[in-house]
Amino acid sequence: MIELENAAFSYGGGDILTELNLRLAPGSFHFLTGPSGSGKTTLLRLAYLQLAPSAGNVRIFGNEVGSMTRDQVAATRQRIGIVHQDCQFLDHLDVAENIALPLKVSGRDAVAEQANLSELLSWVGLANQKDALPPQLSGGERQRAALARAIIMSPDVIIADEPTGNIDWEMALRLLHLLTELNRMGKTILIATHDLNLIRNAKAQVSARVLRIHNRRLQLAGADL
Amino acid sequence: MTGLWNSLAALLAGDGQADRVVPPTGYTARLTVFTAGAMAFLAVFALALALATGRLADRWSSELARTATVRISAPEGQMDAQARAVLEVLRTTPGIRASRRLDDAEQRALLEPWFGPDLPLDNLPIPQLIEVTEDANGPDIEGLRLRLAAEAPGAVFDDHTRWRRPLVEAAGRLRALAAFAIGLIALSTAAMITLAANSALAANATVISVLRLVGARDTYIARAFVRRFTIRAFAGASFGTAVALAAVLFLPEAAQEGAFLTGLGFQGWHWVIPALIPVLAAMVAFLATRRAAFRTLRGVS
Repeated sequence: MIELENAAFSYGGGDILTELNLRLAPGSFHFLTGPSGSGKTTLLRLAYLQLAPSAGNVRIFGNEVGSMTRDQVAATRQRIGIVHQDCQFLDHLDVAENIALPLKVSGRDAVAEQANLSELLSWVGLANQKDALPPQLSGGERQRAALARAIIMSPDVIIADEPTGNIDWEMALRLLHLLTELNRMGKTILIATHDLNLIRNAKAQVSARVLRIHNRRLQLAGADL
Repeated sequence: MTGLWNSLAALLAGDGQADRVVPPTGYTARLTVFTAGAMAFLAVFALALALATGRLADRWSSELARTATVRISAPEGQMDAQARAVLEVLRTTPGIRASRRLDDAEQRALLEPWFGPDLPLDNLPIPQLIEVTEDANGPDIEGLRLRLAAEAPGAVFDDHTRWRRPLVEAAGRLRALAAFAIGLIALSTAAMITLAANSALAANATVISVLRLVGARDTYIARAFVRRFTIRAFAGASFGTAVALAAVLFLPEAAQEGAFLTGLGFQGWHWVIPALIPVLAAMVAFLATRRAAFRTLRGVS
């Protein structure tokens, strides 16, 4: 689904990441860990086409990133659900509209998808907050709304960048439960986190690989995780 | 080109949802409406000037083109004989509809603005003037001049070309200046709307980034901005055009003496032309915003 082959990313003349080799198989669950500033977010941005590799290849759904047009990039992103740490909502739209945004921009009829939207809001526990504006939500509610927006298009891959960074442990576990449930439905999951407890908890529920960024390179984490 | 037509079709079809995705930005909206209104107001007057000078050039051209003058300068004893000879030549020349010898009173009236009413015409060697009216085809000027030279050596045929040409040229230049002013107005409108659009795009950088992130195509994002600015420009230009037309309508009635100044209006079907100004303003806004939007979007991954 997502393949990195000797990929590297440089910025301002310096290497941020180098010799990245990764293959996300369909239905797999991956954690990406490493200290702050190690390049986790950069790697995720390479994986959802927000950055282009400075060397090597990145293939998404079999297509070489470098040869994609902007429309192809947009179409590919419709198959990838993204959850940011800061959620990135449009504050003038209510929660339901924010969650339905990928439907709107892809040209699908949001009204026809109303039943799916209601079901999804209930699934993430936001049925009562659907008319609220994003700034009115708590941290946990925002993360769940971001997850709902990421999966409304029923994407093949879900990428989450520190999804539990701003929420309490109880809410983090609830969010993790939603993600593991999605993985059981066949979705490919890639989560960047520095929360080792979250990783251990997840490994108790699903078969997850843990990758670590060390010295700008990607490697499998040790058995302690 | 196909993309442009698709954008235009999508613009006309409208998309309320896409419009709602981008929050309205107050001051760029007001700036666009005001600019389009003010520019449309000026464009109406520039258009009126272009049309008025066009009419003036046509009128001068046609009025002077159909008349000519034969001026006879001859010794006192030969004046009548040469005048008769000239009239005979003119009568038998194809392309001349009528010719008439001006009497003393008419000649005095022509000179009165310069010499006053008490001009002693009898004591001055004033040339005899013969007014010539041409038909639609006009005469063979060179042939006529040769015949006049043979029959009346003191006769000079003046077809008014040396008067007509500078007048028509002046009117033509005024018309060109008015057209240039309309072009400048269109460019200024495009520049102002581009500035406003760039400002709106910069103010909505986060919105654009989020939209790209969730899979929006550039055309979808651009459409929301383009549609908004096009509608604002059309509304502003419609208002500006209506106000300018009202101002033109209530200009003082055209009087013969000041026809050039007071005739600065529209006549007949020309009243329809200003209706195109809001459409043109909308087109300028459409193209300017589309260009600005795609240029900005190219910088967003």
